[in-house]
Amino acid sequence: MRTLTTRAKVAWAVITVVVLVWALLPVVSIIATSFKLPSQLNLGTFWPKTWTTTNYEQIFAGSAKDLFLPALRNSIGISLIATFVAVVLATLAAYAIARLDFRGKKLILTTALGVSIFPVISIVTPLFNLWRNIGLYDTWLGLIIPYLSLTLPISIWTLAAFFRQIPWELEQAAQVDGATSWQAFRKAIVPLAAPGVFTTALIAFFIAWNDFVYGISLTSTSAARPVPAALAFFTGASQFEEPTGAISAAAVVVTIPVVILVLLFQRQIVSGLTQGAVKG
Amino acid sequence: MAAITLKDIVKRYGDGYLAVKGVSLDIADGEFVILVGPSGCGKSTLLRMIVGLEDITSGELKIGDQVVNDKAPRERHLAMVFQNYALYPHLTVYENIAFPLRLTKGQFTDDEIREKVEFAAKTLELQDHLDRKPANLSGGQRQRVAMGRAIVRDANAFLFDEPLSNLDAKLRGQMRTEIARMQRRLGTTTVYVTHDQTEAMTLGDRVAVLRKGELQQVASPRGLYEQPVNLFVAGFIGSPPMNFLPGEVSGDTLSLPFADVPLSDDLRSRIGSRDIVIVGLRPEHFADTSLLEDGKKDAGVTFDAEVDVTEWLGSDLYAYVPFETSSEVAGTLEELDRDLDGEGMRTQLVVALDSESRIRDGDTATLWFDPAKLMVFDPESGENLTFDADRAREIDERNEADRKASLERAQEREKRTQRSA
Ligand SMILES: Nc1ncnc2c1ncn2[C@@H]1O[C@H](COP(=O)(O)OP(=O)(O)O)[C@@H](O)[C@H]1O
Ligand SMILES: [Mg+2]
Repeated sequence: MRTLTTRAKVAWAVITVVVLVWALLPVVSIIATSFKLPSQLNLGTFWPKTWTTTNYEQIFAGSAKDLFLPALRNSIGISLIATFVAVVLATLAAYAIARLDFRGKKLILTTALGVSIFPVISIVTPLFNLWRNIGLYDTWLGLIIPYLSLTLPISIWTLAAFFRQIPWELEQAAQVDGATSWQAFRKAIVPLAAPGVFTTALIAFFIAWNDFVYGISLTSTSAARPVPAALAFFTGASQFEEPTGAISAAAVVVTIPVVILVLLFQRQIVSGLTQGAVKG
Repeated sequence: MAAITLKDIVKRYGDGYLAVKGVSLDIADGEFVILVGPSGCGKSTLLRMIVGLEDITSGELKIGDQVVNDKAPRERHLAMVFQNYALYPHLTVYENIAFPLRLTKGQFTDDEIREKVEFAAKTLELQDHLDRKPANLSGGQRQRVAMGRAIVRDANAFLFDEPLSNLDAKLRGQMRTEIARMQRRLGTTTVYVTHDQTEAMTLGDRVAVLRKGELQQVASPRGLYEQPVNLFVAGFIGSPPMNFLPGEVSGDTLSLPFADVPLSDDLRSRIGSRDIVIVGLRPEHFADTSLLEDGKKDAGVTFDAEVDVTEWLGSDLYAYVPFETSSEVAGTLEELDRDLDGEGMRTQLVVALDSESRIRDGDTATLWFDPAKLMVFDPESGENLTFDADRAREIDERNEADRKASLERAQEREKRTQRSA
């Protein structure tokens, strides 16, 4: 690689700092807000005057507990199930798409792409009516199904690209070595596809975890309402207090798993997104 | 171990392309057969049909005395070495070699597997690398792991698809002899695909030459070299390739661009009523007249030629002599050149002389050749008019006898080393 001149280095450093600040400032601001006393929210300072955990107590043990804890449970449960189903289905579909020549292959891929770029907001109203009629409104399943429509297309696309990079010869070699088709898939392909499947699972999880529109429109009680939607129902301790602190605390809590997952698996994610595991 | 019998094997791909057009071939038990031909002629397709990775459109494939057309690859018990080795990147060398054994659920204990893998590793000098991953190995080592995976189980036959084409020239030579030694020792039926004629000539008991999905000739390497059935085989076998010259027939003489050659009665009758033929002369059948003994000189034809370029290679001296070809045969020769993956270069005579020769660029040299070595081809069909079927059979019979003897010697030696070990 070319070594950079000093000026170029400085320029890059400046750009990096600007981008970092731009990206992280809102996050830091929310964290700071989450530690402010409700009475001091309007002081206009960036950092809390007195650091307090009142907001966290409120969402985990206090008045917002009944709103937040079920929502957290819903979010985790629904996102995990949606991710699991999406990844299993997408793995099988993507494998078929990468390996087999069948009629309608193009159609499936284009449909998947179409579904994923279709504006959510235009589906949600008909879905609302339909769910009310067939009893899926305000249930886990009622959210898992629309989440699959978000997570499946992207999972199929990334996994198909991933499977295409695994040399078909490996599978054929396994078959010649005495494996059945299923054994060849399990012993030669799955281990190589694992990083790709994992990356896809993370992406799918984040999509489900971050959804707001379906969450707010298709639920009405804490039976199925996920965290992003639940935040809208937070109220202050009295009607003169704003719930901003509690909302910030809840936002921090739901951001933490995302940050932890990304930090833990950043190498897998990067390699999963950039290469496809097999070289040479 | 088993014989492999192909009968009228045809392959038509899904897109309608006819890649293999009715190939019949009997491969004897323990034989080493080479499938050779320019790239795209259907060698891999044929091999993949034998191993079961490609459906057979029509025809019959037998392994031993069983028809296996509809059998899955794993039911055919063949071992294959792929061009890119197809090693499992997530497994160590040990596990790569053990892979076929582990798939035979319960047939081998862990100890037996260890013993077999270590034996294969020892044969291929891989003992020090058993715990490494394929990605960290050199090309030659990967190649050996792929072979280890093939020899570790008792396969009916070994199939190789251009296994050496990814190696550099020196390693290729080493691995070539390694494969030959291994095959002789194990005595396993082997089908080996290559487009490299050195591999074809040195490795095989018999060589099958393919062109555009059609079998041209199946013979011993020597048979192909001395008695090719047609222009294509003659041009494909031999390095540097055979020279093709236009020859005009008038009475009892054959006029080449450089010299007139008297025709023997036999040749005269074989040429029949043709006025123009294609004449083939191998570069190594020329000589520098000044280096010849007198007796020999008179037995051949001498001619003067303007040498354009020379290349001294230590063992030989190649001299290039440009000439104008006649328009009657230009079409056939151009087509041949295309079939042989040629570059459509200008027509020139290549002669391989003794490296002692003092001929240099720009000289007018006096060259010599023996007209008995000359081959004559029909300009339309490319058929070799000088083909001698009796002689061809004789060569192949001698070759077969030599092969049996060397196989016995190799196995005798193997037994002796095992007893002393
Ligand atoms: N899957 C396929 N579909 C259609 N045509 C193919 C396919 N595989 C190979 N071919 C064609 O069949 C011919 C023979 O291919 P191949 O057997 O790979 O040649 P070789 O190994 O002799 O170079 C080529 O012209 C190739 O383009
Ligand atoms: Mg090939």
